[in-house]
Amino acid sequence: MKLFKNILDSVKPHFEEGGKFEKLHPVYDGFATFLFTPGHTSHSGAHVRDAIDLKRTMITVVMAMVPALLFGMWNAGNLHYTALGLAETMTFGDKFLWGAMRIVPMLIVSYGVGLGVEFIFCIIKKHSIQEGYLVSGMLIPLIMPIDIPLWMVAVSVIFAVVIGKEVFGGTGMNILNPALTARAFAFFAYPTYMSGDKVWINTSADAGQSVVDGFSGATVLGSYATGGDVQYSVWDMFMGFIPGSIGETSTVAILIGAAILLYTGIASWRIMLSGVIGALAMGYLFNAFAPHAISPEQQSFMSLPGWQHLIMGGFAFGIVFMATDPVSAAQTNRGKWIYGFLVGFFAIMIRVFNPAYPEGIMMAILFMNVMAPLIDHYVIQANINKRKKRLATVKAA
Amino acid sequence: MAEVQEVKKEREALFSKKNRKLITDPLNDSNPITVQVLGICSALAITVKLYPALVMSLSVLFVLSAGNVVISLMRNLIPNRIRIIVQLVVVASLVILVDQVLKAYVYDVSKELSVFVGLIITNCIIMGRFEAFALGNTPWKSFLDGLGNAFGYAWILLTVAFFRELLGSGQLFGFQIVPESWYLSEGGFYSNNGLMLLPPMALITVGIIIWVQRSRNTELIEEN
Repeated sequence: MKLFKNILDSVKPHFEEGGKFEKLHPVYDGFATFLFTPGHTSHSGAHVRDAIDLKRTMITVVMAMVPALLFGMWNAGNLHYTALGLAETMTFGDKFLWGAMRIVPMLIVSYGVGLGVEFIFCIIKKHSIQEGYLVSGMLIPLIMPIDIPLWMVAVSVIFAVVIGKEVFGGTGMNILNPALTARAFAFFAYPTYMSGDKVWINTSADAGQSVVDGFSGATVLGSYATGGDVQYSVWDMFMGFIPGSIGETSTVAILIGAAILLYTGIASWRIMLSGVIGALAMGYLFNAFAPHAISPEQQSFMSLPGWQHLIMGGFAFGIVFMATDPVSAAQTNRGKWIYGFLVGFFAIMIRVFNPAYPEGIMMAILFMNVMAPLIDHYVIQANINKRKKRLATVKAA
Repeated sequence: MAEVQEVKKEREALFSKKNRKLITDPLNDSNPITVQVLGICSALAITVKLYPALVMSLSVLFVLSAGNVVISLMRNLIPNRIRIIVQLVVVASLVILVDQVLKAYVYDVSKELSVFVGLIITNCIIMGRFEAFALGNTPWKSFLDGLGNAFGYAWILLTVAFFRELLGSGQLFGFQIVPESWYLSEGGFYSNNGLMLLPPMALITVGIIIWVQRSRNTELIEEN
C-alpha cells in the first residue's frame, strides 16, 4: 500500500492544473480514489456522512455476483465435457479451469473496453470517473453465451456504454440498464450467436474426442418453446446444471447473491418480492388458461407449474441483479412494487407467448426501465392529491 | 406573401453571399433532419442501402427545388385560404412525375422504395419549405433554398445509409467491401451486424449525428 501511495504522490504534480498530463486528471483521480480514500471534503451545502458510497455499493454488488460467476465457470466446463461424453473422467478442477479459460478473457475484454470508453468520455467531458461500470462490466459476461466471440462482447460493451449511458450523461443518468442494453444489442445484431440451440454449450472437440449421440444443446426454455423434450429435472434447474448464459443457470448461486444484496440493503427487496409475485401470478394465470392454448406446444408450455418459471432461464438472475438496478428502476416505494410486479408478469408472458424470444426477462426489464419514470410520476401525483384532499378536509373541519 | 413589397433594390448577384447561405445553411446549422427534425420517417425507412437512399435523395432534390420554384412563381396568385391545397397539388404532380420516371428506368429501386416515393407528398421538409420560404421569396432564391435543403436531407440520408449498409451487409452500393474470407461461413471470424438493418439503428445513427453536431455548435442546444 505504501508503495502505491508513493507512486501516486510522485506522479500527482503532472496531473494537477498546469502539469504535463493535465487533461488526464480524471484517469489519475480514478486510480487514486480506487486505492485510497480521497483526502478532500465537500466545501459547501448539506451532505450526509455515511460509510456507504458509490464505490462500496458497486463492489458489494460485484461480490454478490461472484458465486454465480464461479458456478458459471464450472458449469461451462461441465456441460462441455458432458457433450463430449467425458464428464465422468474429468475432475472438478479440469472443468472449472476449462470454463475459466473462456470466461476470464470475456471479463478482461468487458472491463478493459468498457473502462476505456468511460475514461475517454471523462477526459473529453472533464468530469471525474464514476464507478458505475464496475457492475456492468461484471454483468455483461454473465449474461452472454459461452461461445460468443470476444469482439462481439467488445462491440456490445461499446454500444452499451456510449448509447446506453454516456449519451444520457453518464452513471446515474441512464434510462436503460447498461448491461441489458449490451445484451439486447448483441441479441439483435448477432442473433445466430445469441439464440438457438448451438451456442449455449461449447462442443469444440479436440483430437480423439467427439460429441455424444443424441446430444442437444437447447436451453430449457428453448425446448419448451419449440415443444422439444426437456432432459433436465427440476433439481438440475434449481442447482444450475443446465445450458444457458454463463451466470444465469444456477438459482442457488443467485440466491446467495440475493442474500448478500438484501442483507446489505443495496438491492430493493420490494422489487425482488413483487417480481416473484408477478411471475407467479402470470405463471398460474397461464395454468388456468392452458386448455385454451392455440397449439399443443403452447399448451404444454402454459400448463407448466407456475413456480417452475422462477428457476428456468434468466428470470432469477434478472430480477435479482438487473431489475433492482437503483438507477433505472422506479424510485418510489409504491412505484417499486408496481415496477417489480410488471417485470415478473411481462417476463413470463413474453417467454410463453413469443417463441422468438424464449428469454422474456431481458425485454421485460428493458421495457419496464422505460416505464419506470411514468410509474413514479403517477405515484407522486397520487400522493400529492391525497395530501391535498387531506388538507381540504382539515380546513373544512 | 401579402407583405411582399415592390421596393426598388439593386440587382443582387446570382451567387451573392446571402444566396450562398441559402445553400450552405441547411447543410449544417439548419439541417432539415438533424436540426428542424423534419422528414424523419423516410430517413429511417430507406437508409438500409446506399443506392435507394441516393435515388430517394435525388427524387426529393427534384421535387423540392422544382416545387419551390413553381410555388414561388405563383406566390402572388395563390389565395391565402387555400394555399395548402395548392401546395399539395403542386407537390403531388411532381411526385407522380418522379414515380413514373423511377418505374420506367429503375424499376427494382422503385419497388424497394415502394410507398415512400408517394409519401414524399407529405414529407414535412417539402411542405415546410413551401410555407416558410417559397411563399415569400423570388423563384431564384426559392430554387437555391430548395437545393440547399435537399442537399441537407441527402447528406444525412447518405451518411446513415453508408454506415447501415457497410456494417449491416458489408457492402457499399451493392459491392462487397468486407472481404468474403472474413465471414464465419468462409472460416473467418466476422459477422454482419443485424441490428443495423433494423429501423431503430437508423434512429440511433441520426441521433449520433445530432449529438456530434450539437457538441460542435452549442448554440443548437435548446434551453429547457
